[in-house]
Amino acid sequence: MSSTVGPGVLAAKRSRRLKEGAIASVLFACAAASTLVTVGVVAALLGETIGFFREVSLVEFLTSTRWEPMFRDRHFGVLPLLSGSFLIAAGAGVIALPLGLLTAIFLSEYAGPRLRRTLKPVLEVLAGVPTVIYGYFALTFITPLLRVFLPETEIFNAAAASIVVGVMIIPTVSSLSEDALRAVPDSLREGAYGLGATKLEVSTRVVVPAALSGIIASFILGLSRAVGETMAVTIAAGNLPNLTLNPLESMQTMTAYIVQASLGDTPQGTIVYRTLFAVGMTLFLATLAMNILSQWVLAKFREEYR
Amino acid sequence: MATVYGIDLGGRGPALQARGLSVYYGEKHAVQNVDLEIPANQVVALIGPSGCGKSTLLRCFNRMNDLVKTARVDGTVDFHGQNLYASGIDPVEVRRRIGMVFQKPNPFPKSIYDNVAFGPRMNGLDGDLDATVEESLRRAALWDEVSDRLDDSAYALSGGQQQRLCIARTLAVKPEIVLMDEPASALDPIATQRIEELIYELKRDYTIVIVTHNMQQAARISDYTAFLYMGQLIEYGPTETIFTNPREKRTEDYVTGRFG
Ligand SMILES: Nc1ncnc2c1ncn2[C@@H]1O[C@H](COP(=O)(O)OP(=O)(O)OP(=O)(O)O)[C@@H](O)[C@H]1O
Ligand SMILES: [Mg+2]
Repeated sequence: MSSTVGPGVLAAKRSRRLKEGAIASVLFACAAASTLVTVGVVAALLGETIGFFREVSLVEFLTSTRWEPMFRDRHFGVLPLLSGSFLIAAGAGVIALPLGLLTAIFLSEYAGPRLRRTLKPVLEVLAGVPTVIYGYFALTFITPLLRVFLPETEIFNAAAASIVVGVMIIPTVSSLSEDALRAVPDSLREGAYGLGATKLEVSTRVVVPAALSGIIASFILGLSRAVGETMAVTIAAGNLPNLTLNPLESMQTMTAYIVQASLGDTPQGTIVYRTLFAVGMTLFLATLAMNILSQWVLAKFREEYR
Repeated sequence: MATVYGIDLGGRGPALQARGLSVYYGEKHAVQNVDLEIPANQVVALIGPSGCGKSTLLRCFNRMNDLVKTARVDGTVDFHGQNLYASGIDPVEVRRRIGMVFQKPNPFPKSIYDNVAFGPRMNGLDGDLDATVEESLRRAALWDEVSDRLDDSAYALSGGQQQRLCIARTLAVKPEIVLMDEPASALDPIATQRIEELIYELKRDYTIVIVTHNMQQAARISDYTAFLYMGQLIEYGPTETIFTNPREKRTEDYVTGRFG
């Protein structure tokens, strides 16, 4: 009787288990590789960053309001760069988050299939334009326009950078938000219509709240892109580290500084060379903090909505 | 005095009256020239084989078919002497007066309280919201099970409780008529029985039109039964007659389970 469940059957099972095991290992290796790369990048940043902080105190780095690493009288306060990055990203967010969400609501809830089929590729083109072009668009079109209404606007200014970065990240926000909105089951929409909801009420009171976690994720991703954006802000906002809240003035972002210092003649081992890594590390930590914040926000909403 | 196919409705006026009602999905003639009178404060069951047009007909009664792009409705449905399909009638207003409960429980991903409060809040409720929520949950026979956890997510409820929550949500809008499309088909026998008892209770205050696949259920809970077949209304009358002494051979075959 046991001959019917002979060794052949068992062998087949073992080979399958081997195959499953091999697939699992390959998948694990891929996951491990990307983790290792991240760790490697951090480690590479870390070495030079530690070197930087041997020469510059953390207190100066975090509290000095001047960033002048290349002058004779050096100052290493990262605040102007940090505030430049975040003010421009915040300005971009003010433009892109509402417009992106409204676009997503329109595409998902209002536009017919034909209109959606034409609008979506247009948005994708918007996302595909090289960022350097956005930078020159800001410099040669938006800034002159701003100067018509606000003559005190500087040639390089944060406002123009915010506007183009905002336009740039609208597709990110709208396409991810739209995915989240369309993932909301139609049965919920029908339920709301059945209670006498108008289309606007269905969209704003049922669909958007149900998709909130995805919408917030799209916001965070859009803002991270804005913080990390380099070319457009370098061209539009200039290279003047400037701790100010006035968007009509020039500002330098962390990314713009990294470009500037990398392009210049910065021999390895000098303090200017090491600033690259200190600023890079700050940028990395800032985006990491945003990601952790978004995870936290998502976890909070998820609890509420499930 | 109102009659249905010559049958006395006992002095109760019609809550809804469909005349020459047809629905097309593109070329498909899904509901064909139906005349149907729904008496007030009664339970009317729509029965018939799958695809015969029960849901389509039901959705005509609160203009839910407006939401289907390909659907076109001909004919009239009178409600308090007014044609629901006349120009100038607002389908949103229609749905506040004629509510709907769906086949699959579809609570919103919100708290139990917020689900029930959804309609009243939207309509700018006049009165006490807490009281409306409690009354609606009591009417839906759910209050005792949820009164101490109104802030929990609706998704934490069982399927049967979710369906009663959806009924409570509909009642909170204070409709006159409640349309139900196979409200118990996704539920187990015990939850189904609770829904059936609830429907029996509700008919004192509401007119109910219910689609069901379950013959015993139709026989148990309805006062009138309409049998549809391939888009046509084959026979309509008191449930007792339809099930014991139908005029049409096709009705008899269907209710005795010989086809469908
Ligand atoms: N949105 C639609 N577009 C096109 N045809 C449809 C649509 N909805 C329903 N139909 C068709 O109309 C006919 C009636 O459908 P309906 O859903 O009203 O049937 P039903 O009696 O409710 O069936 P079931 O018991 O399976 O729910 C069917 O032939 C169906 O294929
Ligand atoms: Mg149906």
